Amino acid sequence: MDLQKINVQKSERKENLDNLIKQLAYPLIAIITSFVVGGLLVAAFGSNPIVAYSAMLRGSLGDITSIGETLVITTYLILTGLSIAFGFRCGLFNIGAEGQFVMGAITAVWIGWGLKGLPPFLHVTLTLVGGALAGGFWGGFVGWLKARLGSHEVINGIMMNYIAVQLSNFWVRTSLNQDGKAFSVEIADSAKLWRFSETFSVFSKTRLSGGLFVAILVALVAYYVLNKTQKGFEIRAVGFNQHAAEYGGINVKNNIILAMFSAGLFAGLAGAIMTSAMQYRVNQLMGFTGFGMDGIAVALVGNNHPIGVIISALLFGILQKGGPMMQIEGIAKEVVFIVQGILILFVAANFVRIMHDKYKINKELKNSLNKREGK
Amino acid sequence: MREMTFLTLLAIMIPATLRQATPLIFSALGGNFSERSGVVNIALEGIMAIGAFFAVYFTFITGNPWIGIAGAMFVGGLFGLLLAYLSVNFKANQVVVGTAINILAVSLTTFLLVEIFGRPGQTDNVNKIADLGPLNILTYVAIIMVFVTYYIMYKTPFGLRLRAVGEHPKAADTLGVNVYKTRYICVSISGMLAAIGGAAMAIGNLSLFKEGMIGGRGFIALAALIFGKWNPIGAFFACLFFGLAEAIRMNLSGYINVPGEFLFALPYILTMFAVSGFVGKSIGPAASGVPYEKGER
Repeated sequence: MDLQKINVQKSERKENLDNLIKQLAYPLIAIITSFVVGGLLVAAFGSNPIVAYSAMLRGSLGDITSIGETLVITTYLILTGLSIAFGFRCGLFNIGAEGQFVMGAITAVWIGWGLKGLPPFLHVTLTLVGGALAGGFWGGFVGWLKARLGSHEVINGIMMNYIAVQLSNFWVRTSLNQDGKAFSVEIADSAKLWRFSETFSVFSKTRLSGGLFVAILVALVAYYVLNKTQKGFEIRAVGFNQHAAEYGGINVKNNIILAMFSAGLFAGLAGAIMTSAMQYRVNQLMGFTGFGMDGIAVALVGNNHPIGVIISALLFGILQKGGPMMQIEGIAKEVVFIVQGILILFVAANFVRIMHDKYKINKELKNSLNKREGK
Repeated sequence: MREMTFLTLLAIMIPATLRQATPLIFSALGGNFSERSGVVNIALEGIMAIGAFFAVYFTFITGNPWIGIAGAMFVGGLFGLLLAYLSVNFKANQVVVGTAINILAVSLTTFLLVEIFGRPGQTDNVNKIADLGPLNILTYVAIIMVFVTYYIMYKTPFGLRLRAVGEHPKAADTLGVNVYKTRYICVSISGMLAAIGGAAMAIGNLSLFKEGMIGGRGFIALAALIFGKWNPIGAFFACLFFGLAEAIRMNLSGYINVPGEFLFALPYILTMFAVSGFVGKSIGPAASGVPYEKGER
């Protein structure tokens, strides 16, 4: 009896370990494959992929300044990745992260520039929270439309992205304009988030800020909320099976609104950090910043898990910061975005897992056929 | 005198509207094929960029813009096949895959721009498709295509099948319609049409490819499709309307007291109204976005 129990436990543990290995191995294989495909593309145009990728690494991790700037990008990507991941966990595709990011950034200018004479700690906090809330409402509205009127969050999200860009541009051109230039006024000194360069002289040339800690902290909170609280359970239940969740007494509509609002909070916070710590102002936007779209790749590769998101945000930070260095070596920096696109395709299509399963089934078939023939 | 100015206004605005609407019409029709067969094509934006680039590339090589169009259709069709392959065979989330194709397509064009034309920003000037009267030939082709699409979709057996596959794939399968094949064909057509849409911008309205020249028109085309209730004729009028908004912004923004940003945002705001049911609810094909599994109940 006891022996049986131990055996069951053992096999369970083995299964868990197997799952863990698979969870890590599939994205890893997808990442390597995407880099290989990107490398082939580089080689096809007569450049050396090894030169390209080592330039990329040099550009992103070569010295303390580039590491700092890589982490700047990572800061945004953790939050936008988290935004998309949170939506996915509730079965929603928050393609509107881009617009929420923009709203967060411009709202932070409003608060950072408009309020005056506040103590720095309070002003910074208000700026960040205000930006996050703006993103939250921008996302929550899409959730509300979905829950109450049944209109698709992807279509509304895309539309809200463009509306956010236009609204931001309108303000940058009118109310918040700086002397007719193509950017907004600068926020007050009291609204500026602490930068590493203020305390450590090694970081003097980077814009790396306390935003990194804020992002990691938020990711940990998101992990806790999703996995350890009742609300998180409800959100995941809705994402897993809406009908079952409803049958189990969970209010699906409210959870959809809540999930989109939270997703918006994260993306809005990312925008607010950009204003409060990196740029101190918002520029006239010609298109999207791209951080919202990159969040999709970050979330997918991070398996929609907050901790996975932190790791994959770092990977994409390296990719994007390293791109321009490839340009210097005479290789178009777009290679990194091509790698990113291929990577999303692989992960979204579950390419590695499906291929692995197919391979396994074929092998088993062959084995059993061979056995029969052998007999 | 006043009447004269009104006539001149019309003489500027009507061709300008049609010129702006042409790329949208092609892409919206492309979206129509794909969505009606049950595959969400959010990759229209990226495929338009691909179409614009390859139209210029093939024209650059051969000097003949019509070969440019054919080349654009070919590559656009390949991207359509990629979307079909991943959404039909791998049953991937079509919206996510579409987004990935957008990222891939846009970065591929900028990459090839640098590698082939040797500089970022824009390509050399190439021959463009000729004008016929006040309008480009492609504009006439677009209008003809609206009716061709309508005919195919509502008057032919193939059209019936493709709509059935998008509404109720199981029922269609039971009746012997090959769901996978139909979706493959429709998404490939979708890619080709979206590519012509991009080509219409690059070698119809302009004569070169510029980085970021699509600027969200793929999404506006998608919006027009929704606004036009997933119907070629409706989508056509929506495209004209969005084309008008664009033409007003480009030609008249100095004369009227509306911020340009508002005119930019107008198509998007209207689309949100349309999908949310404020101006007659727009409901898509029932199986759009749902992968079909044979034998599933």
